[in-house]
Amino acid sequence: MKRVIFALIAVVMLGAATPKNGYEVGDTVTDFSLKNVDGKMVSLADFKDAKGAIIVFDCNTCPVSKKYNERIIALNEKFASKGFPLIAINPNSPEVSSGDSFEAMVSYAKNKGYRFPYLYDASQAVPTQFGATNTPHVFVLAKDGASMKVAYIGAIDDNASSAADATHRYVEEAVNELMQGKQVTTKKTKAIGCTIKWKAS
Amino acid sequence: MKSHQPQLLALFILLIAGSAIGQTKDLMHLAQLQEQIKGEGDKIQVVNFWATWCAPCIKELPLFEKLNDDRKDVKVRLVSLDLDLDPNVEKVRGFVKRKKIRSEVIILDEKNPNSWIDKVDKDWSGALPATLVINNKTGKRKFVERELHAGDLEKLIAEVQ
Repeated sequence: MKRVIFALIAVVMLGAATPKNGYEVGDTVTDFSLKNVDGKMVSLADFKDAKGAIIVFDCNTCPVSKKYNERIIALNEKFASKGFPLIAINPNSPEVSSGDSFEAMVSYAKNKGYRFPYLYDASQAVPTQFGATNTPHVFVLAKDGASMKVAYIGAIDDNASSAADATHRYVEEAVNELMQGKQVTTKKTKAIGCTIKWKAS
Repeated sequence: MKSHQPQLLALFILLIAGSAIGQTKDLMHLAQLQEQIKGEGDKIQVVNFWATWCAPCIKELPLFEKLNDDRKDVKVRLVSLDLDLDPNVEKVRGFVKRKKIRSEVIILDEKNPNSWIDKVDKDWSGALPATLVINNKTGKRKFVERELHAGDLEKLIAEVQ
């Protein structure tokens, strides 16, 4: 009995010591399958020739996301053809944020002329798996053999209000380094963003 | 008439100086804000990070206003992060005036969020809203990154006692 109690205490303590969920830089990503705004399912495995991917947790409704909209489109234009396609995933629950419904996503992507997947995940399993916290929140992935590993987590750049005044374009710098076969210098950053609208648990 | 002029001039200067001070004291660097929080040892410090563009922030503002009105043992500061997205300070001041906000509002004057978010709290992703509750006497602090609901603030305050 005593041994069981000690084991239980140990489990509880371990749990307390690792409260963070989601990926850290270096972790291997488990593939997902989510519905795109065109109705088709999209997985990482679909991008057979990719050297990596730029995953952006992004939504229709966050003013910070809106401010970064053009910059996200530009990232895809710049890097998709070089083996780093951009994949946007809406992490918000449409039950909590009605502006992030599938229908709203379809018209948003159409209006903005998105040429990259914009994926719907009402279950919020993928943002949970990644440990996404806000929008926009980026995870740059790099192919390592058959798997994809997290190479960068964080912000797009260091100036939300003005792209021209940004002194560090974190995602761009990370992808450029990966393309040159280098280690990513700045692996993790933070920025002001909108909290993901989680379903009431 | 002529003898009044120096007095009028003095009054005029005072008014201008006064309004200038009134307009700049709400703008603050993080270091200044942290100094202020540390300086008030006898009150529980409640610091809410918000922005005019953040819908859940606006929704929870009345909770902080009520706390500010009801609890004399608590100091409430509403720290606006609006300048991160839009450098127009007057937009925030106009909002505060329109909403008749009674709690102290501070407009954080910082650039490059990655350089200072961890200084507020290591666990903060940078998402809004976020709230920090500090008891300088016990040294206890609580940080939450989510929208608060009725009763949440009182619970957080009890946890730092």
